[in-house]
Amino acid sequence: MTTSTSLVYLIALPLAGAAILLLGGRRTDKWGHLLGTAMSASSFGVGVYQLMLMLDRPTEQRPVGQKLFEWIHVGEFKVDAGLLLDQLSICFVLLITGVGTLIHIYSISYMSHDKDRRRFFAYLNLFIASMLLLVLGDSYLNLYVGWEGVGLASYLLIGFWNQKPAYATASKKAFVMNRVGDMGLSFAIMIAFATMGTVSFAGVQEQSQYASEAALTGMGIMLLVAAAGKSAQFPLQAWLGDAMAGPTPVSALIHAATMVTAGVYLITRSNFVFDAAPTAQLLVVIVGAITLMFGAVIGTAKDDIKKALAASTMSQIGYMTLAAGLGPVGYAFAIMHLLTHGFFKAGMFLGAGSVMHGMNDEVNMRKYGALRKFMPITFVTFGLGYLAILGVPPFAGFYSKDLIIETAFDAGGAKGIILGITTLIGASITAFYMTRVMILTFTGTKRWDEDAHPHESPWLMWLPMAILAIGSVSSGYLLSRGDALENWLHPLFNHSDEYQKHLIEPIVVSAMALTMVAIGVAIAYFKYARQEVSAVAPEDVSIFTKVARQDLMQDRFNEAVFMRPGQALTTTLVAADDAVVDGAVRGVGQMAMGSGSALRGLQNGYVRSYAAMILVGAIALIGAIWVVVQ
Amino acid sequence: MKWLSLLMLLPLAGAAIISVLPKSNEKAAKQAALATTLVVMVATIAMAVGFERDNVDMQFVENYAWIPSFGINFALGVDAIALVLILMSTILAPIVVLAGWNEAHGGRWSVKTFYVLILVLETMMIGVFAATDLFLFYVIFEAMLIPVYFLIGGYGSGERSAAAVKFLLYSLFGGLLMLASIIVLYVMSGDQGGRTFDINRLAQLEMSSTTQNLLFLGFFIAFAIKAPLWPLHTWLPDAAKSATPGTSVLLLGVLDKVGTFGMIRYCLTLFPEASKTFTPLIMVLAVISIIYGAFLAIGAKDIKRLIAYTSISHFGFITMGIFAMTTQAQSGAILYMFNHGFSTAALFIVAGWMISRRGSSTIADFGGLQRITPIMAWSFFIAGLSSLALPGLSSFVSEFLVLVGTFTRYPVHAIIATFGIVLAALYILIPVQKALHGPTTPGNENLKDLNLREKIAIGPVIAIIVVLGFYPSPLLNVINPAAKHVISQMGFTDPVPSIGDK
Repeated sequence: MTTSTSLVYLIALPLAGAAILLLGGRRTDKWGHLLGTAMSASSFGVGVYQLMLMLDRPTEQRPVGQKLFEWIHVGEFKVDAGLLLDQLSICFVLLITGVGTLIHIYSISYMSHDKDRRRFFAYLNLFIASMLLLVLGDSYLNLYVGWEGVGLASYLLIGFWNQKPAYATASKKAFVMNRVGDMGLSFAIMIAFATMGTVSFAGVQEQSQYASEAALTGMGIMLLVAAAGKSAQFPLQAWLGDAMAGPTPVSALIHAATMVTAGVYLITRSNFVFDAAPTAQLLVVIVGAITLMFGAVIGTAKDDIKKALAASTMSQIGYMTLAAGLGPVGYAFAIMHLLTHGFFKAGMFLGAGSVMHGMNDEVNMRKYGALRKFMPITFVTFGLGYLAILGVPPFAGFYSKDLIIETAFDAGGAKGIILGITTLIGASITAFYMTRVMILTFTGTKRWDEDAHPHESPWLMWLPMAILAIGSVSSGYLLSRGDALENWLHPLFNHSDEYQKHLIEPIVVSAMALTMVAIGVAIAYFKYARQEVSAVAPEDVSIFTKVARQDLMQDRFNEAVFMRPGQALTTTLVAADDAVVDGAVRGVGQMAMGSGSALRGLQNGYVRSYAAMILVGAIALIGAIWVVVQ
Repeated sequence: MKWLSLLMLLPLAGAAIISVLPKSNEKAAKQAALATTLVVMVATIAMAVGFERDNVDMQFVENYAWIPSFGINFALGVDAIALVLILMSTILAPIVVLAGWNEAHGGRWSVKTFYVLILVLETMMIGVFAATDLFLFYVIFEAMLIPVYFLIGGYGSGERSAAAVKFLLYSLFGGLLMLASIIVLYVMSGDQGGRTFDINRLAQLEMSSTTQNLLFLGFFIAFAIKAPLWPLHTWLPDAAKSATPGTSVLLLGVLDKVGTFGMIRYCLTLFPEASKTFTPLIMVLAVISIIYGAFLAIGAKDIKRLIAYTSISHFGFITMGIFAMTTQAQSGAILYMFNHGFSTAALFIVAGWMISRRGSSTIADFGGLQRITPIMAWSFFIAGLSSLALPGLSSFVSEFLVLVGTFTRYPVHAIIATFGIVLAALYILIPVQKALHGPTTPGNENLKDLNLREKIAIGPVIAIIVVLGFYPSPLLNVINPAAKHVISQMGFTDPVPSIGDK
């Protein structure tokens, strides 16, 4: 593989930014946000430069690598700190640094009243560097460093205002649930090393053709666990809603556009594992299908605008996961939806932030209404994102989501029908909850609190929103024109040569999808636009709504099955350690002494004499034996 | 140059100087202790530079007849394992002195006695790893208890006397078992060609498997108490809670390593067959320690007890790595000993500062420190991240090596142990949340952030943790040949990748 010496700058620049801002402390308060933004932008510049170089090279020479240094070499376990930039990782590099830079710019204004703004930018830079390492690492272990690095950055940013106990708890919850996923990644790496003797992507790809299906299935399932933790997929999804405690730019960057899609990256990157492990692949599809419905249903019941968007993110990543589980035909579409989603969801989150900015940080949509007139730019940019996520032609989601629905039907047989219908119903529910968000926020009557004075956000905030909105409009068309992204990624995946005819004509799929979307929009319209919306969430709702409001009982389940038994076990062990283990050891000691006097001594305070006696005994013993052996 | 005896003499010389200083001049005693430990550190690094890393024999060997009539020699030498541990000990010593500048105040005896004890202990810490004569090792092993006993009982807090005695009783009990085994070995060597305490010659002894098993247990129980392995761990939380933070660093960071070091140096070398016999049992105890220590850490209400329990979990990893018998696990275990020294030191040192400022070691008494004392809070947080083995920090490298190396031979053990990483996230983030996050609770408003001395003390520890996380090669290159040697001496080779059939 060709070597490129400049890859490291992609990571080094934002990492240096984070280091300077964290170590520099308050001295860097004045210009910290500028430095952070500049570092992210420079990294984007290096990314664009790398893309141009890559475009100039013939297909087979496009991937480039860079070995930095020897990291862990023990016996046959050899891992170097090495980077790999290929057609897949460049997509992520540009998404991370591009959207990342926009969000840095937005944050300059959004966080301008926070006295810890410099620390915020340090964390953002740390996140960018970790995320880049995640997608550039050339082995599973390098990826692991980035993987936990973004987890740390996410923890720090969710808990940015951790003086509020609920936010501190949310950040801890996110980290711990992510660690459950990380455990899966650890297992996957162990299986790879034990069965294939390597943990690099290239090595595993090469060896996987000789490996047993059992090993690959085990590794695949563990990678799926890892992906589920990071990407908030069922059953490790419960942290994402709480993660909205972080400042809104964080929700846009980390918990919508980039970090939460890392699971999709991991599965796509490990295509050689999943292609050879049908069982694991099927599980990926199942997890994706469950999550896309799960998130969509939760999204219908949320009054908190950020939590509604978070549920939507969960659901949209479910689409990507599902696509990635469909094998070589689906990987490119998973990535395409990931990229278009990066634009429109980040844009909508920034829009939500803009609304909150104008509404005294209110997040309850029932207290919004009629904001269209007061925030026209936010309304338009958010609206374009809305059209994109619905999949209205020619907006971005139309291309990427329809391709996933088509591919789902193409899976054939009962599987194809179930998946196809699931994705269609998901599209309909998406249309419902997103229309609900639009109506509650921007149209209808004012339901504001008395002290609300909504106003449009400053240009530093709306400019990034506008740029992302352009992406929401055009990215789907650009990526799918002439199958551009599919052809770009094609060399990485193991395609079967035979041409697959679509089971259902794409135009029919589009018609079905649009019909389902129209139904969802119509229901939301009649329910929210044609009726008065209450500023207080009504209590007399169906059991369905109640359950959905509680995130389908995900927290109750986790608390009942893991947390409370875990706490009980901890309490028991703490008590038992003192009474049983320590007691037993003391008991043995007593028996050895022939009486209970040792223990009484401990309690009476005559202990030192016993210690001294043992010492004397030991010395006497040594002496006696010496005499014997002399 | 006789490096090892020089290293052992330097702290004693420092102790001698301090003991003649006037009692009133406490500052001079501290400065002398700091200067001495720094000199020892520099000397150790100078020695380490000359270490031939591909040579698996003992290096810097010295041999003096001590009690010739018993065949006892004052014999010193280091392999890579001992070298790494001596390096760790002598780097930690000045950090402990600097970090705990005021911790000797309020003790039962004078400040200068405190530093004399610390320096005497440093000599013994070097000696216990450098001894190549079994008798010398045993003497130091037992004699080390004395300064530690006085450091806990004389300068600790709370129920320091009870904790010190508990520590002493446990240790003496283990020591007696080991002593019995040593005497039997000595007698047997007399029947087989001449009485000796030389480890290499003792390793050649012929003995029945029953004898070997019993002798092995004598050593192993002593080491398992020291390490400490479940269920022989209950002395540690009490001792760590009562000891001063600096003493705790030396106790958990260095002295407990004598246990795991002894398992490699003595149990495996002298009793290879018995080691194999008991491996299944030890592996189970190690896994229990990992999970059990983690659960107790999660449930701990006292911050020093919490750190002690995390160490029980970490020692479980080290023990598991030692007995898994793969190069990855063995190298990982040895590296783990080094890394654990620094991550535990960081935790204890910063916790010590928090406790002395707040006047309480109960976690619930703290709150919102991140906004009152940001640098102290960050130091604690980074130390915690190291304890939970975040990739990019040093403990990750060693912990992952242990896990991956264990997995190739004992997949079930490795899988259960890996659950420890989730528990680790809990036992670190729970106290982080309670003490550092949330609103500032009453009693914490006026706490002072770290002063310059404290920053200088914690800075190098954090630097070591970060640098070795990304670049462990300098240490791994030294450790690897030794680990490989241990594995091949035991007659093991690494499992080949079980690619399966297709």
